[in-house]
This record gives sequence, C-alpha cells and structure tokens, in this order.
Amino acid sequence: MSNILQALQQRILVLDGAMGTMLQQYKFSEADFRGQRFKDYPTPLQGNNDLLSITQPHAIKAIHAKYFEAGADIVETNTFSGTTIAMADYQMEDLVYELNYESAKIAREVADDFTTKEPNKPRFVAGSIGPTNKTASMSPDVNDPGYRAVTFDDLRIAYKQQAEALIDGGVDILLVETVFDTLNAKAALFAIEEVKEERNLNIPVMLSGTITDASGRTLSGQTAEAFLISVSHIPLLSVGFNCALGAHLMQPHLEAIANKTDFAISAHPNAGLPNAFGEYDESPEEMGAQIEEYLKKDLINIIGGCCGTSPDHIRVIAEIAAKYKPRKILQAVI
Amino acid sequence: MKSTQTKYMRLSGLEPLVLNENSNFINIGERTNVAGSRKFLRFIKEEKFDEALDIARHQVDGGAQIIDVNMDDGLIDGKESMVRFLNLIAAEPDISRVPIMIDSSKWEIIEAGLQVVQGKCVVNSISLKEGEDKFIWEAKQIKRYGAAVIVMAFDEVGQADNYERRIEICKRSFNLLTNKVGFPSEDIIFDLNIFPVATGMEEHRKNAIDFIEATRWVRQNLPNVSVSGGVSNVSFSFRGNDGVREAMHSVFLYHAIQAGMNMGIVNPALLEVYDDIPKDLLEHVEDVILNRREDATERLLDFAETVKGSKVEKGIDLSWRENSLQERITHALVKGIDAYIIDDVETARLEAEKPIDVIEGHLMIGMNVVGDLFGSGKMFLPQVVKSARVMKKAVAYLNPFIEEEKGDKQKAIGKILMATVKGDVHDIGKNIVSVVLACNNYEIIDLGVMVPPEKIIETAKKEQVDIIGLSGLITPSLDEMVYLAKEMERQNFTVPLLIGGATTSKAHTAVKIDPQYKNAVVHVNDASRAVTVVGDLLNEKTANNYVLNLKKDYNEFRTKFLQRGKEKSFISLIEARKRKFQINWKVTKISKPKELGVQVLKQISLKELLPFIDWSPFFRSWDLHGKYPEILRDKVVGEQATHLFEDAQVMIKKIISKQALKPKAVFGLFEANSINYDDILIQRKGKEIAIFRTLRQQLQKRDGIPNLALADFIAPKETGLLDYMGAFCVAVFGAHELANSYKEREDDYSAIMVQAIADRFAEAFAEYLHKQVRTKYWGYDVNEELTNEELIKESYKGIRPAPGYPACPDHLEKETIWSLLEVEKKIGVTLTESLAMWPAAAVSGYYFANSEAKYFGLGKITDDQVVDFAIRKGISYDKARKWLHPNLAEN
Repeated sequence: MSNILQALQQRILVLDGAMGTMLQQYKFSEADFRGQRFKDYPTPLQGNNDLLSITQPHAIKAIHAKYFEAGADIVETNTFSGTTIAMADYQMEDLVYELNYESAKIAREVADDFTTKEPNKPRFVAGSIGPTNKTASMSPDVNDPGYRAVTFDDLRIAYKQQAEALIDGGVDILLVETVFDTLNAKAALFAIEEVKEERNLNIPVMLSGTITDASGRTLSGQTAEAFLISVSHIPLLSVGFNCALGAHLMQPHLEAIANKTDFAISAHPNAGLPNAFGEYDESPEEMGAQIEEYLKKDLINIIGGCCGTSPDHIRVIAEIAAKYKPRKILQAVI
Repeated sequence: MKSTQTKYMRLSGLEPLVLNENSNFINIGERTNVAGSRKFLRFIKEEKFDEALDIARHQVDGGAQIIDVNMDDGLIDGKESMVRFLNLIAAEPDISRVPIMIDSSKWEIIEAGLQVVQGKCVVNSISLKEGEDKFIWEAKQIKRYGAAVIVMAFDEVGQADNYERRIEICKRSFNLLTNKVGFPSEDIIFDLNIFPVATGMEEHRKNAIDFIEATRWVRQNLPNVSVSGGVSNVSFSFRGNDGVREAMHSVFLYHAIQAGMNMGIVNPALLEVYDDIPKDLLEHVEDVILNRREDATERLLDFAETVKGSKVEKGIDLSWRENSLQERITHALVKGIDAYIIDDVETARLEAEKPIDVIEGHLMIGMNVVGDLFGSGKMFLPQVVKSARVMKKAVAYLNPFIEEEKGDKQKAIGKILMATVKGDVHDIGKNIVSVVLACNNYEIIDLGVMVPPEKIIETAKKEQVDIIGLSGLITPSLDEMVYLAKEMERQNFTVPLLIGGATTSKAHTAVKIDPQYKNAVVHVNDASRAVTVVGDLLNEKTANNYVLNLKKDYNEFRTKFLQRGKEKSFISLIEARKRKFQINWKVTKISKPKELGVQVLKQISLKELLPFIDWSPFFRSWDLHGKYPEILRDKVVGEQATHLFEDAQVMIKKIISKQALKPKAVFGLFEANSINYDDILIQRKGKEIAIFRTLRQQLQKRDGIPNLALADFIAPKETGLLDYMGAFCVAVFGAHELANSYKEREDDYSAIMVQAIADRFAEAFAEYLHKQVRTKYWGYDVNEELTNEELIKESYKGIRPAPGYPACPDHLEKETIWSLLEVEKKIGVTLTESLAMWPAAAVSGYYFANSEAKYFGLGKITDDQVVDFAIRKGISYDKARKWLHPNLAEN
C-alpha cells in the first residue's frame, strides 16, 4: 500500500482506458454473455459487461494486459455495475460477491505478472465502484418529488458488499467513480469507512465525479466545488472527474478543484464527445495534446481515459505523463 | 480579534459555502423550525408541504446562507417529517443551493436527515449532556456522514449559563472531538447558549455580555472553530414588539460578531441594520445587552412603548410582478415560482380565444426560454424539473376549462410510451424526460430498461399510445432503435417516434432511423425540449405541417451529411482503380501449375486431416475463449476445456472408425489474366471459360497506400504474360445425419459436438488441400516446411480467399465457382437460395499464388461500383445492390 503512495509522489500515475469500448470490439452475442453456466438464465444478459468476468474471463484479462502493456500503472476491475442495485436489472443480485471477487482476482493476476516482469514499475489494481442506476437525492416520480427509489442504507449495504468482495479479491485501491449523485458517493464512502474500521485496514480510496451538463454541474445539481466539499470528509487518495466530457471540456472543472484540495487530483476523460453515431473518435494524439495542457498547468497526479479510449490512447498519455512532474500533494493521505 | 486560524469551514448545498478570514457573519434561516415558527408547524402538521417550502424559499431569498430545519414536536412524526421535507427541498434548487442545518435533539432524526442530503450539512446539535460515550459515538458518525457539527455548551451537570462554565465545557468538548474522534477542528461550531436579557430577573442581566466574552475566549483559544447561537432568544422578553426585538438582535449581533461569533440562527427578515437604529433606541438597547446600567431593563421597557411595530418586511424581490403578462409567465417558469402562476394563467385565459391557446402560447413560449437556457448551460437539471412542475400546475388549472370547451373528458393530453431499448440498462435520461413530460400532463407508460422490441410494439398497440420514446446510452442501442423503426413501419404504425440518449444524435436519427419510418421521427436532445416537441406533434392543428417540415428537415440534413461523408471518406471507382496495387510483373515470379484443370479428391481419410485442425475456433463455438493448447491449462476454463477436448477426441475416434463423415473436394487450376482492372479472365488454352468479378476498396487512403482488389494479384492481360489462379470447394458430408441421430436420442450435446467437429474437419480439409496445391498440384512452393501453427497464422505464400468473407464479400461469385468446377455434379455440394453451401460444413474459395498476394478487407464501397459491377456481371442494378448491400457506404 505504501507502494502506491510512493509512486504517487514520484510520478504521474497512469490509469487505464475504457473497458466497455474494448469489449464492444469482441461483439459478444447473447450466447457469449451467457456462456455455458447461464445458458438458461431467465433474463436477457447481453450488455451485462460485469458478467463477462465470469463467462469470458479471457477477454477481460486480455484487456487489462493491453492497458498495462500500453503503460498504465493502474487498471480498473470490470465491476462498474457490481452492486445488488445495478444487478437487479439482470436479476443477478446473488452473484454480486462472485462478480467482484473474480474481477478483482483477474486484474490482480495480470497486475502481478507485470510487476514480476518489471519490478521497478509496480502495477496496481483499482476496484471500480460505479454509481448504480439509481439516484438517492432525486425523485424518479414527478408527482412525488419527495419520493426516492433508493435510500442511503440500500446504497450503503450494497456498496459495502461490493467493497468487501473487491478487497477479498485483492485490489490495491477502491475507486468510487462516475459520481452523478453525491449522496450515492457519500453512501459508498460511508460503507468503505465501515469496512476499513471492521477489518482494521487502510485501503486507499479514489473518488471521481461526473460533470454532466453544460452548466458545469453534476446530474444532481452540484457545482464542482460543492461536490468536492461534500466528499472531502474522508481521507482520499485522490479526487477528480471522469466520463461525460472529453479532455478539453473537463479542464475548467479540474481547475476549479485543483487549488481547493490537498488530495491528489485524478482525471479520466472520454475520448472527446460522441460523434453522430455514438462513437468516440478523438485520436490518441488529439487527446494526448489536450491532456498535456493539464500537465503544463500542473493539475494532475493520476491520469487515464474513460469512454472511447483504447490502449493506443493510454500509450500516448503515458508517454506524455512521463515527461512531467506530478502536481504537489499537500496532504499525506493515509 | 487576532487570527490564529489555519483552516476554515467549508459547507455545501448545490453550491459551496466557504468561510475565510474575510467572511462575513453567516445567517442561518430559522423559520423552518417547528419549535420556532407556529406557521411552519401548522403547515407540517397539515402536510401542506408546498407552503412549508415557501417558508424555506422565503428564508433563502431573504439572505439566509444556511437553513435550519427542525421537526421536534410531540404531535408530528419527527423523523418522517424531516426526511420528507429534506427530500422536497432537494427538488427545489433555489432552496437546496444553500447548505442544510439538521436540527434535532433526537439522534435518530439527525441521522435520518444526514442520509438524505447530498451536500455537506451542519448537525444541530450534540453535547456532553448524556456523557462522553454518546458524545463521541455521535461525533464519529457525523464525521463519517461528512457534516459539520454544532456543540452545545451543555454537559452532564447542565447547560452552561455563565462565562466560566461555557469555557470549561467548550474546552472539554474540543479536546474530545479533536483527540478522540479526529474531528476536523474547522468543522466544530460552538453554540454558547444565548439567553434572554431584560427579563427583570437579576441573574439574567449578564446573559448577553457573558456570551459575548465567552465567544471571545473560544475564538482565541480553540483554533479554527466557529461560534453560533440562536439570536432571537436574547429578545424573548419583548415578544410582540418587533421594533425593539429587531434592534436588540442587531445590537447583540454587532457586539458578538466583534468578539468572534461568526454564524447564528437569525430571521433575516427580523433584523434591523445597526446603523439604521434610531440613536435613542440604540442607546437603551446597548445598555441592556452590555449590562451598562442598573436600571437598563426598566428604561428599555418604558421606551419600548414608544416604538411602533416593525418596519416593512424585506425579502423577495417582487418587481417582476410589474412586467407584462407573458414576461411574468416566462419568469415564473424560468425561476420555478408557482405562487402567482394560477393568477397569471387565469388572466391569460380570459384574454385568450380558447383555454388551450394559453398552453400553446404563453406557457410554451416560457418553456422554450427554459429549453434555451438549459441548452446553453445557464440552467441545470433540477431547475428544469422545477420549471416543469410550475408548468404542470398551470396546465392542471387550465384543464377543466379545456375539457369544458371540448365537451369531453380528457385526463391527459397524450399517452407516451417510454423505454430504454434491448441490451441497454441506462435509464436516467429517460426518467428525466418522463418526469418533465408527466409534469406537462402527459400520461407516461414507462417500460423500464432492456425492453425487447416486441414488448414495445405490443404495449404501444394495447395502450394505444400517441408517441413512442426510445432511449439508450451505449452504441449498440443505436441499432436497436433502427430495428424498432423498421418494425413500426412494417406493422403500419403512425405514431411519432422520439429518439433520445447520450449516444443518439440528429445525424444518426436523420441518416439511419428516419428513412426506416414514414411517420415522424424526432431526435430530442434534452429533456426540456421534449415538451415542445411533443406538444407540436400532438397538436391537431399544427401536427401535420410540423411533421412535414420535420421530414423535410431530416431529409435535407441527411443528404448534406451523406454528401459530406462521401467526399470525406470515399473515392470514386475510377480514382480507386488508378490507385490499384502494383506488382512489378517484369520481375515477379509466375509459376505454372504442374497440372491444369479440375480435379476431384474423394479418397482422403479423416485421419490425414487431423493434424490440420485449428482447435481454437472449436472452443469458441462452445463459449470458451482462449488459444489452443494453452486453454487446456487455463485457470478458469481449463478444466471445462479439457473435458470438452477429451469428449471431442472420443467422438472423433468414433467418427473415424465408423467413417461417419466423408470429406470430398473439388478444385481447379487455370490460366488467368486480369482484365479491365477488376475482372479475372479464366482461360483454357487461351479460350475464355469464366470471368471472376472482384470488388475494389474505395475508402480514401493515405498517399502510397493502394486501393486493393483481388484482381491486382493476377497479371493483367496487357502485360502479355500468362498467369494462373485456382478455385476450390471442400465439404464434409454426413454431419447433419449423424447429428440428427443423436438428437433423436435426446443427446443434444453429442449432436452439437458432431457439427462442431465437422466444421473443424472442413476447415482442416481446406488447409490440407491448400497445402497440397502449393506443394504438389500447383507446386509453386515445393520446399514449404510449415508447422500446423504456422499454417494457422497463414505464414504460407499465396492466399485462398473465400466469397462471403472480407476480401470478396460478394456471395454471387460462388455461382461462378460452381459452374467452373461443376461442384454440384462432381461432389454434390449445393448452393441454397441465399447462396449458403449445403452441407454446411464446407469451404469454397480461390487460390492466388503470387508472393505479394495478401488478405485484406474490402470495406465500404459506393454506388458507382455497384452500377459498374451490375453492368460487368450483366445483372440488374437492384440485384447487385441487394447482394452488395452490407458493403454500401451510404447504407
């Protein structure tokens, strides 16, 4: 664990790129998603990417390896939707522990292989904890703005289960990401603190919000700074933003928080904005040039990619990141 | 005050509230407190939450930077009311922009409140009243929930009511919090108990001045903390005389703030400006607060008689009420203010010809402004939802009039089906659109996520919906939407189709979806726009024109887009031919086949083919992904793969011993020359016997990168050189029958196994035959020594592309192969109507021997090549188009 803190002081760490985009290239069919084990499962399973850690582990493994090869220091586990809440869509709540555990194990194995090969560049695994598909501070029912489809406790319990499984599977870091409703994130942080206390362990936590609309706010309406304030009560390894925006549009929001926190700053933007056909087509070079602007402005400690980014993007980003010093972190985090 | 402060409290609602060395006093609104406001208590008791929210809004508008919410009353369920009210506040961005203070003496209410607020709150309050353990435990929880905390100057003995006790308790609390809990000192706020003065009781004379002095001590001795208090207490004895009370509050605050009190529960509407207090009143009040005279209380009481009531309550800026009717309605929608909307709508109704005109006129104009502001980032989502609610209220008011007018009862203006398409689970955007539309009085039938197209169609029919809205976030969802549009067309739907979601776009909608459906298809890029679009689509008067214009717009957009796409990424066939792949025919080696003509191979044994089997695809067909043989040792699937592989070996043995599968092959090697760039002329002794038509890449490429066609690998006629090429078909017979025999015995596993093995044998046969051709029949590479692995990697010289595969996706050429080799007659493999081979375990293709020949993908081609291809092949344009369809660029 001290390893990652050391690494963070020394250099800009590189996070991996998109998992979903890479999986799309496999064009897995409904049958591929099901595999033998779930061939008679009652719900459609195509699109349940987290499940591929069980039914197509080779693909997941290969993607992790590609990102490490490209220069990533940290890969994210394939567990973005690994909560009982998100898995309810597939009636796979009972599978949550296994999904997270197996995903963490796969990433762990690949990371360890790389670390063994290159001991001077240790590789890390971040357990991806997504936002779920429900919002704790907004009502889905117009006739009842006071209604909530999910409660803090629902989320806390679900996140706790996910965090425990990820830790059991061997992750180095927990990454609460794509936070569009800060209350969801606070429930995740609460759960993680409980786990840390119960197990008497000090696993680093990264937290990454998502600015969704043109007004520069989260989906639940907070400004970047209000978001930062709302999640700073827990010692974080890093705080930052990911998804929804390309590197260019994300910059002002990073600037808005960079001089207001002592935590490390992370960013994993999309490869631009989706084009007319839903594809992200910002080239590695274009994205790299935008990211170099972050580094020139000394905004960043951890950098990676979200939707539409590929190992080629990460390769370029890693090459650029190697040329710059990390932003100075004021707070010794853990 | 000397500042030793290094850290400052930071709170948040939707927006930050950050203290710093220059911060002014923070006003905490106190009216949303059932203990402090009877009106508020009554609203909560009667569940008049809208009115209760108005009180909160009034506080924020009046300048409160934090609002205190308290539900401690014996007659209401405090926990439930707290949760309900805070949830409602969250939906009011003009209130929830400020941080919330969760105020209760009961821990369970505090915790329930902490669980529903996304921003960083303040808990009001905890204290040592019930001992250290409870104090520490609660503080720890609060820290974990991410809130600041007010600590009351209260301990096991009681409430601190003098200078010394205040200091004693604060010091002890501070040490416990910072040392035992690790609570950030900047998040601690001390409430030093403000007690009334001028009560007539001797012991109350020092209440204000002790508070002020204790404040000074706390701020100087306990680093980074804040000091707060409920200011109105101080004037308790002057209830009923707001003039005096306002002055007392101001004077008290003036001195307490100088001592370091930096926040307080104050009714901003009940606060006089210190400098505006009349001199004589000021003097009397200061005497009381600062305990300057023995007779201060009596003097103030006497003087109070002369002070008449309060000045006009300040607060909300109502100047907008003086604007024109339309401006007022727009303002109300943009700001989400529903207080006057009924009055304004009524005025509009009386002026309008028909009540519906108010919706389509005034209200829609306002909603369009909302849409524009949202689109340009000047409003954000919770505000838009708020606007939609005002809209709903207005529409609800107008509805009875509209119904009366029409004479029939109509509950909703329209019924809208909403669904996230199959394979996609993202529904937040869809839910928002549903909310906004429902606010505008549309009935929403929400089918949820991952909805199969059949269900959408079925529900749409059953419910007779007026509009179907589809949403999706991931790229594959776009195809689902196209499919649904096709289905709607096929089933003669007429209702409009709305398309939305992060990956959708006007371009995709115009190019891919709109052409599939004769009726309206609209891309709706944000929730606020949905209302006007749906309104236009369902308005009987204007819908027809709207849809016609829409279709025209999308058509023009499509045309432009496609032209742009074409110019950008494709070159004409003529241009592509100029960029053909150049082989230097003067130096390249052309080998004449050892034996020309057609040959049949029936006597081949399965055993001979075994070494040529590429097992990796076999595992893939069973959903096991990985490379053979590594897959057998794989940690995850290794065991399963090994079992499967063993079963396959047993099955193969059975098949070989019973000769249950029969491989057959036909192939031919011919004289050949490319002609007219893309065609290959097959000759026997110089006489034409067939022509293969090949297709050429048309994608715009970088300089120096050729646009390939298979014909490029054959010497052109004009070189005068005679070149050669081959064609083949191999097949494994008997698999279908064998599989059926297993199926009859209910052994599906073996049935699938047989088919998978037959496929592998067919591929292996093709590999085997290609090798025989290279080394023996054609013999252009007699010395080839390749392992099976190298064969799979295609390390050999020359290629064997197959019709239907990337280099030559056109299946029609199979017909040419069939007639050239007499495939059906010689070995019995037939072509189905869709040009698939039967038996299914079969491979057919061409042989190219040139060492520069390589596999490639054709990619997309444009219409000029389709026309050219049809002419060359002598088939109709439509037929050519049909077969080349998957490769058409404008597809």
